[in-house]
Amino acid sequence: MNTGPETVSQPLPEPLVQRPGSQATLVIRGASVIDPVTGIDGVHDILIEDGTISEVAAAGSLADDGVEVVDGEGRHVFPAFFDPHVHLRTPGQEYKEDLETGSRAAAAGGYGGVLAMANTSPPVSSPADIDALRHRARSEASVPVGFLATVTRGMEGRELTDMAELREAGAVGFTDDGVPVTNPGILRRALQYQAMCGGRIALHEEDPDLSAGGSMHEGEVSMELGLRGVPSITESVMITRDAAIAGYEGGAIQIQHLSAIESIEAVRRARADGVDITCEVTPHHLCLTDEAVRELDPSRHKMNPPLRSEDDRQALIGALLDGTIDCIATDHAPHAVEEKEVPYEAAMMGVTGLETAFSALYTELVLPGTIPLPLLVEKLGCGGIPFGIEPFRIEAGRKASLCLIDLEAEWTVGENGYESRSRNSWCAGRQLTGRVLMTLAAGQVAYRLRSFSLGVA
Amino acid sequence: MKHLLSMDDLDREQIETILERASSFAEVSRREIKKVPTLRGQTVVTLFYESSTRTSSSFELAAKRLSADVVSVKASGSSVDKGESLKDTVETLSSYDPAAIVLRHPHAGSSKMLTGWVDASVINAGDGMHQHPSQALLDIFALRERIGSLEGANIWIVGDVLHSRVARSNIHGFQRMGASVTVAGPPTLIPRGIEATGCEVRYSLDEIDSADVIYLLRMQNERMGENFVPSIREYARLFQVNSRRLGPRQLVMHPGPVNRGVEISSDVLDSGQSLISEQVASGLVVRMAILYELLTGNENTRSDSSPDGPVPIGEPA
Repeated sequence: MNTGPETVSQPLPEPLVQRPGSQATLVIRGASVIDPVTGIDGVHDILIEDGTISEVAAAGSLADDGVEVVDGEGRHVFPAFFDPHVHLRTPGQEYKEDLETGSRAAAAGGYGGVLAMANTSPPVSSPADIDALRHRARSEASVPVGFLATVTRGMEGRELTDMAELREAGAVGFTDDGVPVTNPGILRRALQYQAMCGGRIALHEEDPDLSAGGSMHEGEVSMELGLRGVPSITESVMITRDAAIAGYEGGAIQIQHLSAIESIEAVRRARADGVDITCEVTPHHLCLTDEAVRELDPSRHKMNPPLRSEDDRQALIGALLDGTIDCIATDHAPHAVEEKEVPYEAAMMGVTGLETAFSALYTELVLPGTIPLPLLVEKLGCGGIPFGIEPFRIEAGRKASLCLIDLEAEWTVGENGYESRSRNSWCAGRQLTGRVLMTLAAGQVAYRLRSFSLGVA
Repeated sequence: MKHLLSMDDLDREQIETILERASSFAEVSRREIKKVPTLRGQTVVTLFYESSTRTSSSFELAAKRLSADVVSVKASGSSVDKGESLKDTVETLSSYDPAAIVLRHPHAGSSKMLTGWVDASVINAGDGMHQHPSQALLDIFALRERIGSLEGANIWIVGDVLHSRVARSNIHGFQRMGASVTVAGPPTLIPRGIEATGCEVRYSLDEIDSADVIYLLRMQNERMGENFVPSIREYARLFQVNSRRLGPRQLVMHPGPVNRGVEISSDVLDSGQSLISEQVASGLVVRMAILYELLTGNENTRSDSSPDGPVPIGEPA
């Protein structure tokens, strides 16, 4: 996908970095393999040698000459997922999450790569910040991590960051996520500059004057609870504005965490006009509505954008099915207990999602027949494309980035704690079906469910 | 009933029970010695994170009339000023083993959160813009004392409905007692979707003649900075209830505090059509009834010895 003409002279660094580790050698026997990219859909043996997939063969055909055998029978193997929108909180808010715990949470959810947002403390605004994060990721990240930099210095919305140097340092894109780029003149300049340095700009779309003081979706539930509402149009007016700017400048934008019908329509209109616009949706917006807010539990149900109406949720599912929405992104947003164990209006916004995304969507949307399993696997896997990162594939010769999942396993979220440092999961206490047993990320075993016994030859 | 959090939780029968109990306490209040020993040895904590005159004083007095030990904590001048969290403050106060905690807090759902942290009965004395159930109960009580029954009554709630927890509680309460409710005010102060509660919406007082009771809400000056109304002057011209607008059979209520000359004119306020002082008086006996029902109601049910009036009436402490 187009991320702008590549006119930066030197080659850009690898977008993703991770901790080096021992490369896996194992065979997964007899698992149902679904890979939407290569088109595989059947029972196979997969041999991984020294971190690389060396053979994808008919079930039972691969010998187990001394290598570890993973019993895949009755289980599924998918290419590892890729999340283009997570908050790993480093630097500055390591009490919520850090590169190690956040990447472990990703691995536990079947993810083989994530992109970290830049609204840290301080925000990621300089090439040195990117350098430092990539350096730390090389010693702490159990799955490959890419970093976005802010569009404006310190996310203050006034001055552009050194976008070209940030790209040279390894920034995969730009975002002021957490807050919108309110000044359209600044966004225009950033999109002009993008034509030179590349790097899609990911936008948190929210008109702050329309959303001011709001803590949930504006509708009947907010009326009854006496909570100030955030109207749906808060999002769509900004999408419409920014798509017009991107169209005018020929820029590439990613609309983050789409939540409302009006937003979907704005994206469709922009795309019909030829704008290079991509968009994401979160698992919680696909599964929950503002009715959940009646419980007034901010730990599970307070986030930005807020949970919206059932009509919005159905429209998001429709947009996922018809391709309007490009990918699923968790917006994994860890917060400490003391930031969430307060009244709803006073609580921080955001929920964690990496460890439960697949299971929740499988339980809520695939099992009832709302969306097909291969589509879910595809939409969880293709989130890197807008940033120039191809989905993982199950194909001989590729580094092994895949997950092994038991689609029949039932589990209760949080019963054995979380890999994340925080526990503000929107799924906390839910019984889900489908569980990640093992994740390989760039050749390394990044996660094994502890209670999952592996047969060793 | 262990907690009183929202009018949504109460059916008509439960409301009637509290109102009947309040009636019997009204009788006690007319005696020379107004105290009964019902809650002797029990502790009631009132915890107010917002300023309050009527609600805090009447809950405190209600608990004292029932012979409870009362601890009153206000956010200013307490450890709350020093940044202590709601949870920590409540856990500290819980070490006194209170039978009830009465909470007023600027955020919706705070009382509900408390129920997960403490063993005590929790009484919501106002949570953000959400609910203020004891206000609705005392309003129903005061109105019944005047007109007998709310069945078929046409009640208009006028003013800043958007920011009003009183409106949210009273719409439910009035409807549950058989009244029909209309809300009126400028569109900026009427929340979207309020029709879902079953009430009518009007953006003027043109049809105010149809109201039996006009329930006025305080026009909060602090809303002016947010452009909810262009000016207090214009608001008063369009929505003030004064002697020109008020028919001779109509009654006026107001939860207080009142802005004289804004939502209500002085002549109406001081007229016999105003129920405002009855509302305040009802506050005391209704809050006694709430404490009584929450703290002794279950035991009475268990022992099946539920009397018609409060058990210890006539046995002043």
